[in-house]
Amino acid sequence: MLPSDLKPEHFTSYPPRARALASEYVATLHDLPLSFVSGLLRQVIDCDYNFPAERKALERELKNLAGLSADQRAQWIQPFASITLSSKLERFDWVNSPAQFVEQLSAHLWTTHQLDAFRTAATNYADRLHSAVPPEQPIVPRLGIAIIGQGVDSYSTPLFRKLRPHGAYFSHVNPENGLNVLLDVVADRARKHPGDYLHWYVDGGQAAEHDAAVTSLSYAQLEPVRTALLQKMHSEIEKPGMGPEMLRTFMAQLRPSDLGVSTSVDAILGRFQVRVLTEGSGTQIFSTSFAQWAAREALRRAEPLSLLARFAPRQRQKPMSELLAPSADRPELDPVGSLVDADIGAYYNWINQQRLPGADKSAFLAWFEGHNVAVLIGPTVPRGTVSDAPTDMKQLLSWIV
Amino acid sequence: MRPLEVAASIGRTRRDFLREAAGVALGTAVLRSPFARAASIAKNKKVIVITFGGGARDQETFAPEGQENVPNMLRDLIPRSTFFTQVVNRGILGHYVATASLATGAYETINNFASLPPENPTIFEYYRKDLKRPSSDTWVVAPSNGFNRIGESSHRSYGLGLGARVILPKHLLAAAMSSGHTDYQHLLRDNYETPYFTPELSGREFELQQLETLLKLSVDDFKGHARTLSSPDELSLYIARQLMRQVAPSLLWITMHDIDIAHAGTYSLYVEGIRRTDRLCAEMLKIIESEPEYAGKTTLLILPDFGRDADDDPGGNGFQHHRTGDPLSRTTWLMAIGPGIREGVVYDRAVDSTDLVPTIGSVLGFTAQFSQGRPIKEIV
Repeated sequence: MLPSDLKPEHFTSYPPRARALASEYVATLHDLPLSFVSGLLRQVIDCDYNFPAERKALERELKNLAGLSADQRAQWIQPFASITLSSKLERFDWVNSPAQFVEQLSAHLWTTHQLDAFRTAATNYADRLHSAVPPEQPIVPRLGIAIIGQGVDSYSTPLFRKLRPHGAYFSHVNPENGLNVLLDVVADRARKHPGDYLHWYVDGGQAAEHDAAVTSLSYAQLEPVRTALLQKMHSEIEKPGMGPEMLRTFMAQLRPSDLGVSTSVDAILGRFQVRVLTEGSGTQIFSTSFAQWAAREALRRAEPLSLLARFAPRQRQKPMSELLAPSADRPELDPVGSLVDADIGAYYNWINQQRLPGADKSAFLAWFEGHNVAVLIGPTVPRGTVSDAPTDMKQLLSWIV
Repeated sequence: MRPLEVAASIGRTRRDFLREAAGVALGTAVLRSPFARAASIAKNKKVIVITFGGGARDQETFAPEGQENVPNMLRDLIPRSTFFTQVVNRGILGHYVATASLATGAYETINNFASLPPENPTIFEYYRKDLKRPSSDTWVVAPSNGFNRIGESSHRSYGLGLGARVILPKHLLAAAMSSGHTDYQHLLRDNYETPYFTPELSGREFELQQLETLLKLSVDDFKGHARTLSSPDELSLYIARQLMRQVAPSLLWITMHDIDIAHAGTYSLYVEGIRRTDRLCAEMLKIIESEPEYAGKTTLLILPDFGRDADDDPGGNGFQHHRTGDPLSRTTWLMAIGPGIREGVVYDRAVDSTDLVPTIGSVLGFTAQFSQGRPIKEIV
């Protein structure tokens, strides 16, 4: 089937909001090439579980496409129309399984050396869309916070090397009560600028006490979910004929109820938690990967005004010599390795925040937990500077919030 | 900046860094001495290829900020090598298929995760058929089960019986270990993208009993030594050294893979993998120089199979994967060391990763007729 054959009844298996949205724009979808429609439907089919920001962005995109003349639409989409697909792909049930289709499309693009053409088409389309439908600016400048190094007593290698050129490095920060001050500022912003999923706290370990107005998730809280997921993965790979791609597809199809995640309170967050664990590589095993990926996905999808990510020690990767030794001990932690992971994780959090609208006004603070060093980035903070003057967390925040 | 400009800038960064840090010269400024080359070429040439894998980026290796991770190559190898700053991989960036492409000199399109042979003839088949060499003269030491078909293609003019012999050290170790060990399955971890998957073996993999007959290594000694090692790549180097001592193949291909732990999202383990691979490459050069069968007649070629995604590409997650196909993930480097190869020279021109096989063909004297690449004239 091709997009031109689409009818509203093809979307009967979609969740209610997705079904309504796809049906409303079915005429627009008729004119679009399959390589493009599949990506669009992948977003549409999930829209019942989308965060407000991504749902609004999707609706604005569909509205824009519908508002284009046939000629304009053809011009926008032409590079995608030039992508050749196999008949096998065209026969795939891309309406009901757009995510699986996109995975197969990706493999096809690599195999047929069309990946670069697709990348260019996608980049040009995104640029064009941003020009035609400028993304909404945040109601207040965003604030990102990364807390790294929990459990590390001393570390002599310079930290924040990738962040420092973009802001000011402080070497005499009073660490006293630092975590609470940072959690309080997020809570304060949540109260002053309320909204669904606008203020986040991600913890790679056990979450500290925090305000209920803040959306939160932690590695410790999800331990039962991670355990259930790993058990399912193990049992799947035991099945004859199971391969990596099938396993990936299996994981992508898992729902919160499959892993014992309750969605009665918050179905959107429940789905997000499962996605972090089923789509994020390493998030099931390493808490630092969990914290980084969860923060990345929260930023990309929810476009929060505030996000505090606190990294915690991950389990130590055993060397081969230990894997061979008979031991059933619980995994040890690797605080120093986790600090290195979190250092780059903090940098990635900042990069991901800067991809969002309002980047020129956004602020970011990264702190070595319990220690005296921090980096501050913001429109009023001089870049590439160093301060040895004594300061504390409240003062640092006063310069960027 | 456009992709090609990015790629060119990557190359310039490497060249400038190497020139300043290791005192090497720019290739175009060095005159060739045919007399020196002729005098240094030995009979019974051997070639060892190491893939510096799986997947290492510029900024963690030869860019200025990466220099701390490759001290051994910088100190011991770069001054003795001809170095190419831009090796472009235009194929599929999956480790098995990319390594197969390196080994065939043609961009393979086989399923990266399936147990399939390459479709184009491998370097081993060209070498053995053209030079009428026995199977014992070409060996592959590869990470684990996923690479067990790398030695021999399905090509109708080559293929069956003409390939390399393949050793999968982790598989060998797993076979040697007693069953029932709690962490046993971890040893067979094939790729870090899907760490729980281990494909079934089908092919001409090295059998356990050959440890003793070919490598003169008892199972107990093998297990005992394995317990002193910290990673699968260290085990690969150990097996390679045994092979060199006992069998002395003329064409040896070693695929390193520790670096690919990056897929787990742990930067510290990724960098640790690079540092270990750097050390193992330097150890291989020492082994070559200390083994009579190899000293003075071996060309050592080291190159990553590809890079990893750039930090600022929104389609990826930085170092963790190699999924975007951006210029950083496609642009790597190549180091060549050996008799007749100029020392301390850097070339900034772009070469293709498919050029490796025809280049080795020129060194060893075979024709890679189905390769898409061309011999690198600065090496041959």
